[in-house]
Amino acid sequence: MSDGKYTTEFLLDLYRRMLTIRRFEERVKYLFLEGIMPGTIHQCQGQEACAVGVCAALEKDDVITSTHRPHGHCLAKGMTVKEMMAELFGKVTGCCKGKGGSMHMGDMSKGVIPAIAIVGGNIPVAGGAALAFKLSGQKRVAVSFMGDGAVNEGIFHEALNMAAMWTLPVVFVVENNLYGASTPVGMVVRTKTIAERAAIYKFPGVTVDGNDPLAVYEAMRVAVQRARNGGGPTLLELMTYRITGHSRRDPALYQPEDERKKALASEPIGRFEKYLFQGRFSTQQRLDNISKAVDTEIEDAVTAAMSAPEPNPEDALKDLFVETS
Amino acid sequence: MVESLLMKKLSIVEALREGIRQEMIRDERVFCIGEDIAIPGGWGGAFTVTLGMEEEFPERMLNTPISEAGIFGYACGAALMGMRPIADVQYSDFLFCAMDQVANNIAKLRYMSGGKLTMPVVLRAPVGVTGRGAQHSQCIETFFLPVPGLKIACPATAYDALGILRTAVRCDDPVLICEHKLLYGSKGARKESGAVDASSDIPDEDYTVPLGKAVIRREGKDVTIVATLLMMHRSMQAAEVLAQEGIDAEVIDPRSLVPFDWETVKASVGKTGRVITVEESPKRNGIGAEIAATLAEEAAELLVAPIKRIAAPNTPAPFSPPMEKFYIPQVDNIVQAVRDVMAY
Repeated sequence: MSDGKYTTEFLLDLYRRMLTIRRFEERVKYLFLEGIMPGTIHQCQGQEACAVGVCAALEKDDVITSTHRPHGHCLAKGMTVKEMMAELFGKVTGCCKGKGGSMHMGDMSKGVIPAIAIVGGNIPVAGGAALAFKLSGQKRVAVSFMGDGAVNEGIFHEALNMAAMWTLPVVFVVENNLYGASTPVGMVVRTKTIAERAAIYKFPGVTVDGNDPLAVYEAMRVAVQRARNGGGPTLLELMTYRITGHSRRDPALYQPEDERKKALASEPIGRFEKYLFQGRFSTQQRLDNISKAVDTEIEDAVTAAMSAPEPNPEDALKDLFVETS
Repeated sequence: MVESLLMKKLSIVEALREGIRQEMIRDERVFCIGEDIAIPGGWGGAFTVTLGMEEEFPERMLNTPISEAGIFGYACGAALMGMRPIADVQYSDFLFCAMDQVANNIAKLRYMSGGKLTMPVVLRAPVGVTGRGAQHSQCIETFFLPVPGLKIACPATAYDALGILRTAVRCDDPVLICEHKLLYGSKGARKESGAVDASSDIPDEDYTVPLGKAVIRREGKDVTIVATLLMMHRSMQAAEVLAQEGIDAEVIDPRSLVPFDWETVKASVGKTGRVITVEESPKRNGIGAEIAATLAEEAAELLVAPIKRIAAPNTPAPFSPPMEKFYIPQVDNIVQAVRDVMAY
């Protein structure tokens, strides 16, 4: 990991964000398995450094598109635990007034386009946002988060090719957690990396340790700078691991025991704690304080979400069109 | 509407071209995105609608690769950031390549967001069974009826095409405009055999045509015929034949399928008691099915005869001209259906 060039404040902010995502996901998993929370969930425990490292390199008015596994991206881009927890409970106080749910979380005011839960479906949407920035002369950047599964959808090719053709300010971020649902990526992709696919579009493709938030941040900074300065897209492949199931109640028995053990040993939060101690950026006490604050924020959000009123059922009929005539 | 002295006769293609031009001048957020729409010396899209426009708007006529999902996905993302894209496919059949972007993203994102965003996308799609076999001849307008979140317009005249285009571009919701190949009035190499004149006198003013407002093309007291696009023109011909037999048909052109002008249709049925629906797409689950079901549910007491649906059969469109002619509802089919319901 790099040192010397970051302020303690910046590093602890990364830590707090990663921890928020982890604790949010763990709390949600519990609420879900207890049968308290409705719906289905796709979680990102173990992939926190990807979301946090990427979003740390973005400005507030840059935008992201996300996937069926969006909680980490949303939190990293600045959405609140409160609006997200309420959405998971299907309450009107949620970020989408209960109409979106886990897989469609978003908040345009934070630069989060409601998540798109069809694998690969968000890739051209990020491209289109970047196209709008270019056409209107805005120096903003769009990011498409996707999993390794998305790169085998046809739309991946269409969207990357068009972004290359128009030299758009977009970064395609592939979180390679080694599995598309239960299928190992090595079984369905012949190339050694996913990043090397960028070569056919003539823009950079980079593979980075996705469990190191600073490595992600640095690679993303380069990609964002390039995009903002008119240099066009980058394909960023972040190597990571999902230390939970694909979706609710998936015990992930397809993940070999030794692979899982290794992944747990290199999961991003424990690693980053070690880095913070070794570099004397923090004390245990300070991290404990962050931990307590995070837990409080989450508990408050759970309480608020559970006590928020249920939506009026007939509100299901609203919000389809702006102009109803 | 007060008729202007400065009328000019335009085909649908010319009216759409003029409308898109004017909207791009009026609002710099409007841009066009599609295949073969902006190649100097090219076609101006498959049916010449955008011919030559790349000279006037070099930055905003975005000629794409053959990537339909990409076109509509990019239009979706650009609309979310405040642009107003006009996205087109060469043939409506190609929309199926973009189905995820159209049905899951463009149609649903506003609803999924709890109404917190807008999706001002215009989707232009040429329809019509026109001698090209099953994959370039579909009338997809009814296919999209059960996709909540899309408005669907079917302009049958140049006047309506221009007015609906303006409405669609200025609308904050996605509008799918189904344009009929035989009504376009395309010229030169893109001229269609069997074309029907749908040109109109276009007033030199900024008029719009609202969605969800039908127009009564011909008033009558005996039977109501509901039809859009080419079938509206055929229904008008049928009404002339019927008039000679002493049957006075009312022809209603809904102009948009979503929203749908139930009020005008029900008022007409209240007068005639008889309904024929005519459509060029397969009968199953079509607009005729929707009209018949709704009238049965909400206005059965108005009916004095069974509702008749004239539609294409539930097969793909055949290529061979005699089979194709059999497949598409003809004036004779409409006339016969009216005679049948007049027997009640």
